[in-house]
Amino acid sequence: MRKFQKNLTVSEIQFLGGKYVLLKLTDTDPLPEILPGQFVEVLTPNSQTLLRRPISINYVDRDTNQLWLLVAMIGEGTRALGRLREGDQLNLVFPLGNGFSPVQKAGEEVLLVGGGVGIAPLLEYGKYLRENGASPSFLLGGRTAADILLLDKFESIAPVYITTEDASAGEKGFVTQHSILLEKSFDRISVCGPKPMMVAIAKYAKLANIPCEVSLENMMACGLGACLCCVEKTVKGNVCVCTEGPVFDINDLTWQI
Amino acid sequence: MADIKVNIAGLQMKTPVMTASGTFGYGLEYADLVNLEDIGAIIVKGTTLNARQGNDYPRMAETPSGMLNCVGLQNKGAEYFCKHIYPEVKDIKTNVLVNVSGSSPDDYARCAELIDELDHIPAIELNISCPNVKQGGMAFGVTTSGAASVVRAVRAVYHKPIIVKLSPNVTSIADIACAVQDEGADALSCINTLMGMSIDIEKRRPRLSISTGGLSGPCVKPVAVRCVWQVARAVKIPVVGLGGISSAEDAIEFMMAGASAVQVGTANFIDPAISVKIAQGISDWLDSHGYRSVQEIVGAIL
Repeated sequence: MRKFQKNLTVSEIQFLGGKYVLLKLTDTDPLPEILPGQFVEVLTPNSQTLLRRPISINYVDRDTNQLWLLVAMIGEGTRALGRLREGDQLNLVFPLGNGFSPVQKAGEEVLLVGGGVGIAPLLEYGKYLRENGASPSFLLGGRTAADILLLDKFESIAPVYITTEDASAGEKGFVTQHSILLEKSFDRISVCGPKPMMVAIAKYAKLANIPCEVSLENMMACGLGACLCCVEKTVKGNVCVCTEGPVFDINDLTWQI
Repeated sequence: MADIKVNIAGLQMKTPVMTASGTFGYGLEYADLVNLEDIGAIIVKGTTLNARQGNDYPRMAETPSGMLNCVGLQNKGAEYFCKHIYPEVKDIKTNVLVNVSGSSPDDYARCAELIDELDHIPAIELNISCPNVKQGGMAFGVTTSGAASVVRAVRAVYHKPIIVKLSPNVTSIADIACAVQDEGADALSCINTLMGMSIDIEKRRPRLSISTGGLSGPCVKPVAVRCVWQVARAVKIPVVGLGGISSAEDAIEFMMAGASAVQVGTANFIDPAISVKIAQGISDWLDSHGYRSVQEIVGAIL
């Protein structure tokens, strides 16, 4: 898939509470082919940081030619993204990485599990699955109700199941404790979130014999497979998360699950 | 239009701008984002005789105006390169050089011998300065005798130009440069990364898996310019300057300090097309300052 370096225009900024900001970017040309689960490397303007920041693609709106980035403002680079104004230009290298698995069979039940800002790429993936004959469901976890972002958008695509640690939304507890896992059987699971959450779901999936893939976010510089900084240990040895991933089958990783 | 062609020890380059080893993969990774033919030379990722897995993650940490890395020469080995990667890169219409590393002079020589067979690899860069491997690497580059032993072993078996990449982590880089020149090196590249370290104070542990790493990026530029200047005054062979170059002005600074050509490293991560933009910028700068050739500024302050 062809990669581009382009300036996109920040057409809308939504602060979603806490440390989260949603950037809607518009391309002057039609957006290139993008797979769900792919990411961008973005330059952070007016920041002390040097390197680009990898951010997963949250949503692609072909009608408005918009690409959405859901950003958690955690460090200097991502905080600089929160200081952008509408009309600013943002330089992206994209689309990068392999993306989530394509539809395997019509009507397959796919559970998309997300936590924190890790829910970002699941929105686009859920839309893709729905549009291509699969049957996605979302299972989203957070500490509190405020961590469940873009809920309206998720609900417009597929059923949403929620857990929060303080019971302020959905069921109390972690995603692995949600009753839907007992009530419904799924053909496969895709996960993106904090590593402990991904490991917990991977353990569950392995025990239940359900195929499972996870999206990793190792620190990286280039995003192109050149710097070899973002490696993950796999059954094939150290491989770049930016090119061989970010999505991996849990059986290809060396996690203790 | 000023003439920006350069000749480094017989290596003809369209522009004085090369891409530094370890920052540009095998070139192919960047093919969508920059016209590879417009780059003076592409120096591919450090290659060793046998495959190496490199160090554990985390391998990088961003630092003020720079970054640390401790990749540790992860590569699939010289045979894999010859068999699987060379066929992919041999038709790129520019110079593709291989950066050769090893853990003993014999290792370097056997690796260089394999690369010597490849018609479309016009030269090698000998890496005696990698700070991220336990054996070999920088260990050779920090003494005159160690540096000389590697160059001697490779010179005996390798028939094309040898560029030796020097470490700044030494007391006198000019002494190392002279020792390497005496063993038959055709050119030098200065500098490899500076050994550094960064600690996550909240986690009370180093940010890199092996604690230390190599520092690169704009923060090292003044050190690199100084090294190029010291080396260029000490040797007769050409010097290729690198270390934090991210603009045409940076490149010109290195050339005035004595570099006949430059390499761009960390800046490739920020702008994949930077090497070509810098070459254009050098040309424009020469035009606007009334120079007809890039040669007129090389060593201008020596």
